[in-house]
Amino acid sequence: MSAHPTNGAARDDSAGHDRRTVLSGVLFGAGIAASIIDLFVFHLGLQWHHFYDLSTTQVALAADGVFHAVGWFVTVWGLFLLADVRRRTEVSWPRWVGAVVAGVGGFQLLDGVLNHKILGIHQIRYGVDLLVYDVVWIGTAVVALVVGLVLLRRARPARPGASRSA
Amino acid sequence: MHPHDHVPAAGPPLLTVVAVVALAAGAAAYAAGLRAARTRSPWAARRTLPWYAGLACAGAATVGPLVDASRSSFTAHMAGHVLLGMLAPLLLVLAAPVSLLLRALPPVRARRVTAALRSPVARVVGHPVVAGLLDACGLWVLYTTGLFHLAHTSASVGLVVHAHVLLAGWLFTASLVGPDPHPHRASFRVRATVLVVFVAAHSVLAKWVYAHPPEGVSPADARAGAQLMYYAGDAVDVALMVLLVAGWYAASRPRALTPACVREHPGLA
Repeated sequence: MSAHPTNGAARDDSAGHDRRTVLSGVLFGAGIAASIIDLFVFHLGLQWHHFYDLSTTQVALAADGVFHAVGWFVTVWGLFLLADVRRRTEVSWPRWVGAVVAGVGGFQLLDGVLNHKILGIHQIRYGVDLLVYDVVWIGTAVVALVVGLVLLRRARPARPGASRSA
Repeated sequence: MHPHDHVPAAGPPLLTVVAVVALAAGAAAYAAGLRAARTRSPWAARRTLPWYAGLACAGAATVGPLVDASRSSFTAHMAGHVLLGMLAPLLLVLAAPVSLLLRALPPVRARRVTAALRSPVARVVGHPVVAGLLDACGLWVLYTTGLFHLAHTSASVGLVVHAHVLLAGWLFTASLVGPDPHPHRASFRVRATVLVVFVAAHSVLAKWVYAHPPEGVSPADARAGAQLMYYAGDAVDVALMVLLVAGWYAASRPRALTPACVREHPGLA
């Protein structure tokens, strides 16, 4: 977890910093999707989601509680990991942004498939034909995930040894 | 049975009397600690202010209009619960009362305090798992059994419940974060896991209360109170998470020279 940089291990450090940049972005992206986007867009803004639709099984309710708690924790943790990378080295912002987009898409995909369809914790909206909502939700999640992965790939650091062989 | 029907009381309620005495003692004790340690290095205001703010939160939840309102309104009860069980404990922990006590006492007695902190009992009670269970199980029992109703009809049960909410919340918060010395502080991983499980249990309980109002509470009131518990609880829980991870951030700072370090202080390289 805490790999302390030493002057002789610059190459390992830069790989570690890159891993930590990506981890930070993915955690932060998944976290804001789970906590902030869900709360402000779907609960408070559109008011599509209900606080609790009273039709959930107890297992699903417990799973929802864990999702909720982990969502907030990884939002906070992702930001502190970013601060940690920043105090050790230059942050590759394109790489971090790619990881955030992939994290948002990955969480929305998980939410759309696991929470909405398999566990049935809650639906996207009530009193409407859900199919079109589910298709749009899962479709945008897949698009965000793919865009994030492409951004991540384009911002890949130069292969170790090529730039640091001196 | 309507607990808010006006019943002429003989003198102030038990909770009010005990709360006023305890809050005054807390305020006086911290002031005495500051006075006893005044010859030592200055004590930061960012420690003193949270103590009195924490006492004010605990006071708002135990003395005055919110207490009267909470006899008839579950939402008001829940506002008091968040103040007493979550916000007051966080503020009291940030005030570092143990550090102040150690500064204020003569060395021999201060060593006795640190010996008590190192004792096996303190180790068990101060462990996040134990403290978290004390806190969370107390809440679950309060809101899912007849205890809630009993706490509003019996003055002594009400007093014990209020004391438990504050003390268990305080113990749990202190087991996770804070500037005070903690000889047996659990690892970051354990504390993070316990906090996440606790937040999950708290949010599930809020939804449980939403669906199953405690005895004597109307469904509309229970729903408003449950949402207050959920969202206000979130605000305090996120603050706890920030403090916990900030502790990790401070403890894991790089100790060797880094490029950023060299850039900012070129003389070091």
